[in-house]
Amino acid sequence: MAEHQAHATTGTYLRIAAILVMITLVEVGVFYVPAFQSALVPVLLVLSAIKFALVVMFYMHLKFDNKFFTLLFGGPLLLGFFVVISLLFLFYGGIRLRTGM
Amino acid sequence: MRYDTQEHAVAAAHGHATFMGLDNRKMAFWAFIGSECLLFGSLISTYLIYKGRSQVGPYPHEILNIPFTSFSTFDLLMSSLAMVLALAAVQRGDMKQGKLWLLITALLGLVFLGGQVWEFSHFYHEGLGLTTNLFGSTFYVLTGTHGAHVTVGVIWLLTLWIQALRGKLGPANAMTVEITGLYWHFVDVVWIIIFTVVYLIQ
Repeated sequence: MAEHQAHATTGTYLRIAAILVMITLVEVGVFYVPAFQSALVPVLLVLSAIKFALVVMFYMHLKFDNKFFTLLFGGPLLLGFFVVISLLFLFYGGIRLRTGM
Repeated sequence: MRYDTQEHAVAAAHGHATFMGLDNRKMAFWAFIGSECLLFGSLISTYLIYKGRSQVGPYPHEILNIPFTSFSTFDLLMSSLAMVLALAAVQRGDMKQGKLWLLITALLGLVFLGGQVWEFSHFYHEGLGLTTNLFGSTFYVLTGTHGAHVTVGVIWLLTLWIQALRGKLGPANAMTVEITGLYWHFVDVVWIIIFTVVYLIQ
């Protein structure tokens, strides 16, 4: 198994917190700025994915831990993601089929 | 095959010699978090499926308060920072800092819960109940389940804080704090998704 890597420092945790706050501010900004309305959904999804990854990798220590933990979390996470996508296709795809639109 | 030597030492020190050299409590908890991904995935997908299908109001754009919820999001993000600082303090044996940051994490969690209680009661007075429409049902179940998880987390944190006050918490059992942290950060991460999907993408 991979050897244990260095821990993140307190400075790293503070920097991550600052980045998370800035991304949240950008998200709220994008919400209110009319120019971003057409790209609102993909921009917000990407920004929240970045926040998700930062918390999981650094605060939950997954980046520095044994890769088996990544597998243990990543597997169900991917499965949950595909369940969400599949259900959306099932419900919205079904409507298109019925209405022919 | 090389083993994670620090993990192996910790596991062995607690008499839990494991095949993979990993702490079995930590492994079990990551598996639990995996199951929680599926729980919240199903609740989020239910919300998304019924999004925009309510026959009557109130509708999301009429009732959701973005500035207030942005503050709640900020509060929960800071609680994650406090949690990770608590763990770092306990791991290096600085129990004074450890106790302080554990308490701050719990208090920030309570602030978030207070915000949720206010929001729910405000929405109810505005006419949005659990059975009012599809938005009400899916919103309250999703955010209510998350709020229940935060409540459990706050009780957990306060229990840990009391243990620390009694001198029963230290570097030797820092794994307890780490696992608490995993739970708390996951609760934060779920809110990150809820904030985006429910509040910002209306």
